[in-house]
Amino acid sequence: MSPAKKSGAPASAKKAAPKTLPAMNRLEVRLAGSGGQGLLLAGLVLAEAAGLYDGREVAMVQSYGPEARGGASKAEVIVSDRPIDYPLCSKVDLLLALNQEAADTYAWDVDPSSWVVVDADLVEHPPTSRAVALPFTATARDKLKKIMVANVVALGAISQLTGVASLKSLEKALLARVPKGTEALNRKALSLGAKLAREQAVKEKPAQAVLSAADF
Amino acid sequence: MAKTPVNRARLLQGNEAIALGALAAGCDFFAGYPITPASEITEIMSRELPALGHPFIQMEDEIASIGCCLGASLAGRKAMTATSGPGFSLMQENLGYACIAEIPTVIVNVMRAGPSTGMPTNPGQGDVQQARWGTHGDHPAIVLCPASVGECFEVAVQCFNFAERFRTPVVLLSDEVVAHMREKVTLPAEGQVEVINRPRPLEPPDWYKPYKADGSQIPRLADLGQGYRYHVTGLVHDERGFPTRRADEVEPFYARLFNKISRNFTMLEMVKGVALEDAEILIIAYGCTARSAQAAVRLGRERGLKLGLLQLISLWPFPRRPVEEALAGKKLCLVPELNMGQISREVKRVNNGRTQVHRHSKMDGSMITPEELLARLRVLS
Repeated sequence: MSPAKKSGAPASAKKAAPKTLPAMNRLEVRLAGSGGQGLLLAGLVLAEAAGLYDGREVAMVQSYGPEARGGASKAEVIVSDRPIDYPLCSKVDLLLALNQEAADTYAWDVDPSSWVVVDADLVEHPPTSRAVALPFTATARDKLKKIMVANVVALGAISQLTGVASLKSLEKALLARVPKGTEALNRKALSLGAKLAREQAVKEKPAQAVLSAADF
Repeated sequence: MAKTPVNRARLLQGNEAIALGALAAGCDFFAGYPITPASEITEIMSRELPALGHPFIQMEDEIASIGCCLGASLAGRKAMTATSGPGFSLMQENLGYACIAEIPTVIVNVMRAGPSTGMPTNPGQGDVQQARWGTHGDHPAIVLCPASVGECFEVAVQCFNFAERFRTPVVLLSDEVVAHMREKVTLPAEGQVEVINRPRPLEPPDWYKPYKADGSQIPRLADLGQGYRYHVTGLVHDERGFPTRRADEVEPFYARLFNKISRNFTMLEMVKGVALEDAEILIIAYGCTARSAQAAVRLGRERGLKLGLLQLISLWPFPRRPVEEALAGKKLCLVPELNMGQISREVKRVNNGRTQVHRHSKMDGSMITPEELLARLRVLS
């Protein structure tokens, strides 16, 4: 009962993965919004980038309503250098909310040391003043003329902000997932997202919170 | 999806891994009816099997699905069906038929919160005793339960191997979390997976006695349509397959039915231990709950608590010996489950009053969290 326990990225990825990736001890990412915003695809791409191309351990779960469009949609990705035990988020380190409902629903269990990244236009009332609000949807609509790549713009931004997956790996994972003929568009969306984050967001991660004494 | 598993890391869902494991084990027949959270298995098999030249049939319901699998298996196919609680209930009658007629087949039950239609996309572990006792009459059962995507693949292969080796239906009991979770796994390359096929008759058709066993206690199974004519029935039967109520034929029949499983308990008792060597407090868990327990062990040890985990992969036959061994000398044992205590009852039976055994039950449609387990242990210890 042990053949499926080997780790390691594909041969092609091993070469590309920079050796200087910072160590990562269980980072929990929650991507939330409404159905149709591409959050499940974003979660998949993020998980594949971190897992297959950055060579870390990953787990991903998702939930969505019965609707083809609309309804709440959520993907959770855990990234770690160690094997992942609990596969759901227990202390979210990075919340990406692409609409108001998602921001309202999920901000409450995000702790003070976490990243909160929201869409600047679709989340009118960010849950906290330290939220990083970036115009993902507006950028996709105005600069790329394709509103559907807002999720990819957001991926570029969170990679730039948090390093949960390297941009290079994200690009590889993304291009392996998207339909043929859209590679250039997606590549551009990813780098635009990174640029947005570089230019408009505060670069520092919020200060680490002290562990609560209520912990065991 | 690639046609054959290759030796390269991939991001797979639990259900995908079950389908790939079945294919790696030589599954060449699938009949089923889609149901959340098991639909992906049916979907993948509907694509992969025809591409390999094998039949896939979407049946009108779950009763027909398992019936179809039993027929296919008698004709020499390695058959599987996949369902969730409501469908598993419908399959119980034919599951008993497979037990008594000794027809190898694999039934995947991805558990969701029940009873009845329950909560279609929420996890539950309420079918553990149903998988053991759901069909009437006393019978042996083999039920395996994975807790990770990698284990989904391994356990699917194992289910087919046990079904073929012991000529018996085997239940793969997964749950919604494990089924829909995606993880990075490296599947073994083709040819690296041990595959066992049922023993077929060595004698010519005229001499064939379908239920006459040798020392292995497992009769050789002839494929229908190969000239071996015999009778298959749900009635208790003699060596020729014909109904009997003669005590001197019935008694050895039942003895053989149970012995073929019980004499192989060592092979069938599958568990994984985490940090058991110096543990003072033991958690016994299975399926998605084992993941919460793994995290609880990690967090508890960071805080100086000597926790250990015994993860059950085989639920039935209940792994009595490993459980007994793990319980020995422990201060306390906690059994978390998404039901009101279906396995904790078994642990208490094996424990026989020697250690404190507590259940931790949850039935609100969500997973047990590691912090919840630690809080419970803080109260108990």
